[in-house]
Amino acid sequence: MAGARITLDTDAEGRRRLRLSGDWKLMALAPQYGRLAAELAAHAGDAGLAWDVSRIETLDSVGAMMLWRAWGRRLPMQLVSRPDLATIFERISGRQKKHEAGPAPRSPLEWVIIVGRLALSFWRHAVDMTALIGQLVLDFVHILRQPRNMPWRETSANLFKSGVRAMPVTALVGFLIGIVLSYLSALQLKTFGADIFIVNILGMGIIRELGPVLVAVLVAGRSGSAMTAQLGVMRVTEEIDALATMGVSRSLRLVLPKVAALAVAMPLLVLWTSSIALVGGMVSAQIQLDISYGFFIDTLPKVVPVANLWIALAKGITFGMLVALVASHFGLRVRPNTESLSSNTTASVVTSITIVILVDAVFAIATRKIGMPI
Amino acid sequence: MSPAIEVANLSTRFGDYWVHRDLNLSVQRGEILALVGGSGSGKTTLLRQMIGLLHPTQGEIRLFGEPLFDGNVERERNLRRRFGMLFQYGALFSAFNVFQNIAFPLRELRTLDEDLIHELVMLKLAMVELLPRHAWLMPAELSGGMVKRVALARALAMEPELLLLDEPTAGLDPDRSESFVRLIRMLGEQLGLTVVLVTHDLDTLAALASRVAVLAEQRILALGTVDDIMKVDHPFIRNFFCCDRAQRALQNRICGECP
Repeated sequence: MAGARITLDTDAEGRRRLRLSGDWKLMALAPQYGRLAAELAAHAGDAGLAWDVSRIETLDSVGAMMLWRAWGRRLPMQLVSRPDLATIFERISGRQKKHEAGPAPRSPLEWVIIVGRLALSFWRHAVDMTALIGQLVLDFVHILRQPRNMPWRETSANLFKSGVRAMPVTALVGFLIGIVLSYLSALQLKTFGADIFIVNILGMGIIRELGPVLVAVLVAGRSGSAMTAQLGVMRVTEEIDALATMGVSRSLRLVLPKVAALAVAMPLLVLWTSSIALVGGMVSAQIQLDISYGFFIDTLPKVVPVANLWIALAKGITFGMLVALVASHFGLRVRPNTESLSSNTTASVVTSITIVILVDAVFAIATRKIGMPI
Repeated sequence: MSPAIEVANLSTRFGDYWVHRDLNLSVQRGEILALVGGSGSGKTTLLRQMIGLLHPTQGEIRLFGEPLFDGNVERERNLRRRFGMLFQYGALFSAFNVFQNIAFPLRELRTLDEDLIHELVMLKLAMVELLPRHAWLMPAELSGGMVKRVALARALAMEPELLLLDEPTAGLDPDRSESFVRLIRMLGEQLGLTVVLVTHDLDTLAALASRVAVLAEQRILALGTVDDIMKVDHPFIRNFFCCDRAQRALQNRICGECP
């Protein structure tokens, strides 16, 4: 492939002539585009110059567009050309330059628009979320009247995926957190000689607070993101529309099983994770403070009133439903493109975790008089 | 000049199943070749092998006389820039708008300035008969016919010499499909493209193809103009070309040509 060449010479009558030759096509032009464009621009202003393009071997629309721009969007006065090249220039000239402004121009009050858009999008989220919850309540009433419409199969599948499958990871994290918490507390308690209070600290801390929040964060990251992505892809591939066409309610068939499954699975996971975390703490306490397993297990019910367990289970149910609701809400908002899928999945996980922590604070205030050891 | 595509002794195996055995095909420059064949006969597989998305089990494919795979990354990349592919479902980047989709391959060169890219994109849009305002739409907002046009504009962005089309008219209504075929033929003539298309649609085939390659029994069963092919006596070809529907499509072509 011969590269594009520009040569300047003077013909017999003393007129200056610019000769273009070689391949004026994209693949040949691209490596030396900057140099050629500058050279053409340098000659562009010269009105007395004759252009000879008849030696060009191949010309495509990129090469033609380059010349066209150098000529100031019209054919030069003195041009030596060939018929086959002329058609290419014709194709380009057919399209007059209308400076199609890009997407909307920037307004000086951009920040007002941004703030307003944020407020509106927050409002829209709140409205959609309320509508989703309302729809679920209606579905629930419908199920109570006609129990055979309950999507048992989907619920059970979700229960397995987000409950049973989550057991190993929650156990591992719970056990390690139990050990770390117990080890750090033991170091402090030893200096005061208050060794036996390790049971109080671990019992109250893990059962009432840490267990439910830890599980909620893990499940939001694990199952919440999966739910959003699943619904999102179903939206992209129009599966949700297909369901609607067959008269199947998407909230009943897709959202309700997820909410129901997490509402059941989460309290159980909380129970499981808290137990494992306590075992971790117990092991660490035995090694660090020489507190026997028997003593630990014997003391635990005495220092942690059973009400704490009920609070933990209530938190589990609430958090589970919240994670599933938020995940479904964002999943159903996915628009059919990859960018929207990824941003909604991120938003789903971040929102779930934030809401869980907010609601946990509400729980802490609402139950401040319940379950405290006297 | 070496042919645009040369397939020599190509064999492809999926598991225990041989899709192609000792297949030979040569696509001349400037022709429009249609690949037809029954479902599962390996048309799309062959197309994907031609552009290097799939490796053949045996045999070799040469584009413009050069092998597709030889380990020289720079040369392979330059070779890839000499052809454009129109995927069956467009394969537009859904996170980009139409403008960015078409500009993408040009921007990848990293030498052209934004102003030139803007003009080239608008030129390509005009070539596929779309309006400048369509440039700011997202792929999700386009109709099926527009998706194909934008995908065609993107395939043409790099000024390819060879254009490969996978089911160019599948999913378009007859009216749209006819105007899309007209567009492809017009662009093919204007730009001097070599076109290879895979199609099921006889109207498309009759309107576009200068030669037809019939893929069956793991090889190229017949190769020639539509009229040559119809003379071949083989059950598949009889079924494909000689039912009423096919006759009607081919009749239309003849009538269309003699007003």
